[in-house]
Amino acid sequence: MAAEGKTIDALSQFELTHALGPVGAAVNFTQSNAFMLIAAAVIVLLMTVGMAPRAIVPGRLQAAAETFYEFVENLVVGQVGHEGKRYFPFVFTLFMFVLLGNVIGLFPYAFTYTSHIAVTFGLAAIVFVLTTLVALALHGKKFFGYFFPEGAPLWLAPIIVPVEVVSYLSRPISLSVRLFANMVAGHVLLKVFATFVVLLGGLGIVGPLVATLPLAVNVLLIGFELLVAFLQAYVFAILTSIYLHDAVHLH
Amino acid sequence: MMKPMPLAGMLALLATSAARAVETAGGAMEETSTGGMPQLDFSNPLMLAQVVWMLIIFGVLYYVLANVALPRVTSVLEERRQRIEGDLEAARAAKAEADTAARAYQDATAKARADSQAAIAGALQAAQAEASTKNEALNARLAEQIEAAEARISTARDTAMAALREVATDTANAMVTRLTGLKQESATATAVQRQLAAQGRA
Repeated sequence: MAAEGKTIDALSQFELTHALGPVGAAVNFTQSNAFMLIAAAVIVLLMTVGMAPRAIVPGRLQAAAETFYEFVENLVVGQVGHEGKRYFPFVFTLFMFVLLGNVIGLFPYAFTYTSHIAVTFGLAAIVFVLTTLVALALHGKKFFGYFFPEGAPLWLAPIIVPVEVVSYLSRPISLSVRLFANMVAGHVLLKVFATFVVLLGGLGIVGPLVATLPLAVNVLLIGFELLVAFLQAYVFAILTSIYLHDAVHLH
Repeated sequence: MMKPMPLAGMLALLATSAARAVETAGGAMEETSTGGMPQLDFSNPLMLAQVVWMLIIFGVLYYVLANVALPRVTSVLEERRQRIEGDLEAARAAKAEADTAARAYQDATAKARADSQAAIAGALQAAQAEASTKNEALNARLAEQIEAAEARISTARDTAMAALREVATDTANAMVTRLTGLKQESATATAVQRQLAAQGRA
């Protein structure tokens, strides 16, 4: 996966391969899905084993689990209101799934499943379908009034309605591309500078000295990417909450 | 919300990030024959499989979290909230109890003070009354004694005055008899009587 000769191969890290040996190959189970399983296992373990003590004064693991719980709960209740509590498990699952995907992807040899537009678009599509269904279930036909704000002059309808429809339909695209692009850019940068370390390190006596520069950049980048990993999960969750707010309240 | 970020903008972002990725690849000869981003190679059957598995894993994760893991957290947090509220309630009750106890103590102290003051006043009054009666009795007895003494004194003086006249008369008679050799007792007695009366001692 590193530099082959004198080339920089920043994209092969995103290639899908089979995981779990012949069984995985038979059902097209990819290493991306394997890391999804790992992330899901980490989430479930954190929320069950971490909460197992059921302590009044929590320990570290329990405090971490409670922090995540309350963080997402405040986010959902803050955006949607108290009637949004029923959607809390969904937003929590989404937030943790994206967060763990981003963070686990930063480990060496790990695969970042959130760097695949298909995955992020799949998640965004779930959000889109869910919010639309919630809006239809709560408001019925009135939901379509969402595309034409009350009080706007009727002659503006031919302009407003298409704009609103396009903006509504573009939600899953913006949601998925934002996460995907952030993850890809971060991992490409990391890979490029890591390759620089290897390439420069081979340049005779001064090589190792010069190679420390891209190494230092990568150290800084890892910190930055941790921030981005959290931030993008947060953005994904809060946008989902905002869409749910629109679905529940129609503006 | 997302209206300022229209489709075109996001596509542009996608394009630039992809372009950046390809650019940073430095036009290197990649091992893969596709030459583009593997994420955009939708002809790869693994792409669809990945999404299908993702849906399955995400669904199971949602089910487990929503039905098993999160209710536990909710119950723990609820338990803690109730515990804290209960403790606060107990503290409030204890404070109220302490307040009533303090009030009762203050009431009792005030009552005891009033009682003792009343008792002191009563005792003082009784003592004063007793003292005044004793005083009166003493005064009465003393007045009686004074009266008796005065009576005694006046009788004694009367007798003394009577004795004085006799002595004076006798002395006067004796002196008259010695000087004149005459016995003129009645005249002397009258003279003595007159003299005593003149001196206010009759």
